[in-house]
Amino acid sequence: MSEHRIRFTLNGETVDVRVPAERLLVDLLRYDLGKTGTKDGCSVGVCGLCTVQVDGAPMSACLLLATQVDGTQIRTVEGLATPLQEAFIDEGGFQCGICTPGQLVAADALLRAKPRATDAEIADWQMGNLCRCTGYYGIARAIAKVRDAR
Amino acid sequence: MRPFDYVEPETLDEALEILAGDPDDTLVMAGGTSLVILMKQDLVRPERVLGLRRIAELREIRTTDAGLSLGALATHGALARSQAVRDHAAALAATFAAVATVRIREQATLGGNLAHADPAQDPPVTLLALDGVVIARSRFGERRIPLDALFVDFFETSLEPGEILLRVELPPLPAGARATYKKFLPATLDDYATVSVAAVIATDASGVCTHARIALGGAATVPLRAREAERSLTGRRLDDAAIREAAALAAAATDPIDDLRGSADYKRAMAEVWTERALREIA
Repeated sequence: MSEHRIRFTLNGETVDVRVPAERLLVDLLRYDLGKTGTKDGCSVGVCGLCTVQVDGAPMSACLLLATQVDGTQIRTVEGLATPLQEAFIDEGGFQCGICTPGQLVAADALLRAKPRATDAEIADWQMGNLCRCTGYYGIARAIAKVRDAR
Repeated sequence: MRPFDYVEPETLDEALEILAGDPDDTLVMAGGTSLVILMKQDLVRPERVLGLRRIAELREIRTTDAGLSLGALATHGALARSQAVRDHAAALAATFAAVATVRIREQATLGGNLAHADPAQDPPVTLLALDGVVIARSRFGERRIPLDALFVDFFETSLEPGEILLRVELPPLPAGARATYKKFLPATLDDYATVSVAAVIATDASGVCTHARIALGGAATVPLRAREAERSLTGRRLDDAAIREAAALAAAATDPIDDLRGSADYKRAMAEVWTERALREIA
């Protein structure tokens, strides 16, 4: 019912919009701002398709009201430019691709937070990003490859 | 999602004033991981949501003369990483690190977790075993609520309309106390536990137990203390017989329900197994 003016940076660019209180971040990104790289999967914070970074931390855009990101820095898959994408291709880190944006955004957050993440830490961190094609091995290899190249 | 009004006050006093104005139709939101799902699924229909995120003082994690103080807005991630939390009890940091996935841990808060009162959550179990006390405030004053008096029933707490949960205080542990949290996860690592057990034990120089706390999650409509099991250990040497007896008493204290994570009988049996494992680890 109430409407709110929110301002945040999206992949480095300032966003200044008005949203109704019940607007979810995932819908703001996809429908209002046209950033459709962030997918809406399970809608209950389990699958990881809608993973975005809020001030560097991975979160589910389906569980965040848009008002909650006022004043933050948001990064989505559209804002990534890392060797991770190439590594996912080289290592077979995807097949159908639906989970890939979330996998990449989560992995990027991990390597920013823990550049020397162990293989076990990679597995634990990516646990919340479900993939029904790869069996996860390619994804884990891709992330480890980028870590090792640094 | 149904439309609602959203307010995001800058101060606690302002928040309490707003809540006092319409306590029955206003829901308090911390991280939002549970509330947003409940609203999406139309299980709650607040006219107004009161967001706490701007009240920075509620984020504080600090050591005081009275022990450890954990702000309601501290996220599970922040609590898992906190040196103060690890210094108090490594098992508590490990408990927060074992909740769901990294995304949930970065958004979900301590206060939201406790106020939501889901009996299968992890943090309440370890906090119960650490003698946690909740501090809640309304416009009319502050209350200290021992954690086992906070949980009333399935998703129901003893918080009064108009009250906001501010922080949890944990008293210093007895010297040499050892703590552990065990989570039985037969399906996936990011699932809720079928049952979980937290235990805290201290012994004197001769190996006699001087302090025992056992708490269980997923084992009833509320997270619970197994007081008889605790009493059975106190004053005894923690030998095999003592541990087995305490585990059996802990299982007898449970009152589980049948659900997707197991039948009531299975959960009761697993409560015994996992209590025994927890006690063996720290005995």
